[in-house]
Amino acid sequence: MTILQLSIFLENKFGRLNEILRIIAKENVRIIASTVSDTVEYGILRLVVSEPERIAKVLRENNISVKTSEVFAVQTDCKAGAIAAVIEPFTAAGVNIEYMYSFCSSEHSIIVLRVHTMDAAREVIRHHNMNYLSNAELLNF
Amino acid sequence: MYWQKDLETMSREELEGFQLERLKKSIEQASHSPFYKKLFKEHGISADSIHSLKDLQRLPFTTKNDLRNNYPYGMSAVPLSKVVRIHSSSGTTGNPTVVLHTQKDLDEWANQVARCLTMVGLTSEDVFQNTSGYGMFTGGLGFQYGAEKLGALTVPAASGNTKRQIKFITDFGTTAIHAIPSYAVRLAEVMLEMGIDPKTDTRLKVLAIGAEPHSEEQRKRIENLLGVKAYNCFGMSEMNGPGVAFECPEQNGLHIWEDYVIPEIINPETLQPVAEGEVGELVLTTINREAMPLIRYRTRDLTRFLPGNCPCGRTHRRIDRMKGRSDDMIILKGVNIFPIQIEKILMQFKELGSNYFITLDTVGNSDVMFIEVELASLPTDNYRDLQALNAEITRQLKDELLLTPKVKLVEKGSLPQSEGKAVRVKDLRKFQ
Repeated sequence: MTILQLSIFLENKFGRLNEILRIIAKENVRIIASTVSDTVEYGILRLVVSEPERIAKVLRENNISVKTSEVFAVQTDCKAGAIAAVIEPFTAAGVNIEYMYSFCSSEHSIIVLRVHTMDAAREVIRHHNMNYLSNAELLNF
Repeated sequence: MYWQKDLETMSREELEGFQLERLKKSIEQASHSPFYKKLFKEHGISADSIHSLKDLQRLPFTTKNDLRNNYPYGMSAVPLSKVVRIHSSSGTTGNPTVVLHTQKDLDEWANQVARCLTMVGLTSEDVFQNTSGYGMFTGGLGFQYGAEKLGALTVPAASGNTKRQIKFITDFGTTAIHAIPSYAVRLAEVMLEMGIDPKTDTRLKVLAIGAEPHSEEQRKRIENLLGVKAYNCFGMSEMNGPGVAFECPEQNGLHIWEDYVIPEIINPETLQPVAEGEVGELVLTTINREAMPLIRYRTRDLTRFLPGNCPCGRTHRRIDRMKGRSDDMIILKGVNIFPIQIEKILMQFKELGSNYFITLDTVGNSDVMFIEVELASLPTDNYRDLQALNAEITRQLKDELLLTPKVKLVEKGSLPQSEGKAVRVKDLRKFQ
């Protein structure tokens, strides 16, 4: 029910993000979602890519610190209120969302969620019959 | 294992008698050099004026500046026709310092090193790889001749070219290495990157580490990375080079070979001996050297004598691992700090790598210490945990240093990676 997210330690240095993305570009994989926030000295680049394990290995070989963690990627329609409709059941079930990021293409929205209480989140997704992505599906997404 | 059991384990009384005899000879020998001839004349010193080891304390000190000012041959106590080798320090400021050797001096030096290596278990069965720079730097030839004297197969790999070093280690079946601590870490890291497990894919068992001050935590890390026992060695070119003092298998202090040098520890301010067991500057008098005897040479290295007898049975006193050099000491806001104190704390965090850099700078009207340290691996996927780690490192450093440094986590491999002695401090303060 979860997918593997890559978190990369990123120093706040001009051009560093570009260097890392270049390494990934050479591997011919797609970046499905990504986020980095404007922290001061260093930050964390979070990525959902089509082949997470292989890319984690490639990055480590390039001496880049990578942490892999399980996150939920829920798919929904790209229309008004769709994201709220996904989040609401988690709140109702008392599942605290640590962080999330999302994007919306022509048809679909994808919402990446990180929570502490993994089992409770699984239960919410199952109960509400949400459409979620698995690692295998990332390849063809 | 002993190289010269009688000399290494003789009673203190015997040893001190031996030292007194050699000290007199050494003063006699020194008086043949232009420098000491003048100095002894000024102070009314001769070998006959020495009646006990305590009399040594009345003699004037010799400093690095004396060596510089008498460059290149002013310290020589033998005719140049008897000198067979010259070594030199890097000499980054002004004249370099040189040390001259007769053939006997070289043989004795090799003997000291062979004694050290035997002490940590090496025999003629071993393959010893030396990653020191060869040439004028003493760590190269010093270990080379010592290991050869012992009968070990000696690989003069010299410094740099890490992949080639690793090929030698695996192809030649290297069992022992001499490296500076930061390079030992580098070797381990590159081996792992190449898919070589130092513990199972090599025959490594002993590492001699020296030249750079390092903490016990750094030693443990190196031992775990490489699956070896790492022994601290101490030497300096003015005292030949490696082989002055070395750890025994107890790994608790370095035996200083008192049949070669007489060690004293003084307060660098008052120049008086410190109380037994207190930290101070190591002062050494050579008592077995022909070409260039040195009397009460101020090493600038800070250490202390360890009390008590060593379970290994050797009677030569032990000095503590070097606390740094009196020249390395950072004074920030009136607090004395040694980089090694910072290293000790950083190495306790498994999240951190072995590379760090200290910058002292003036911000506004205040002096600040910035510490950059490489993250070994990312322990978390969120910023909050990283900040908590940063805060915990800062807190522990504050407890140790009594002032609050500014800690910055940086990416692995982003700090300067040296294959020589690591430079870890930069001072940008504006002194008013």
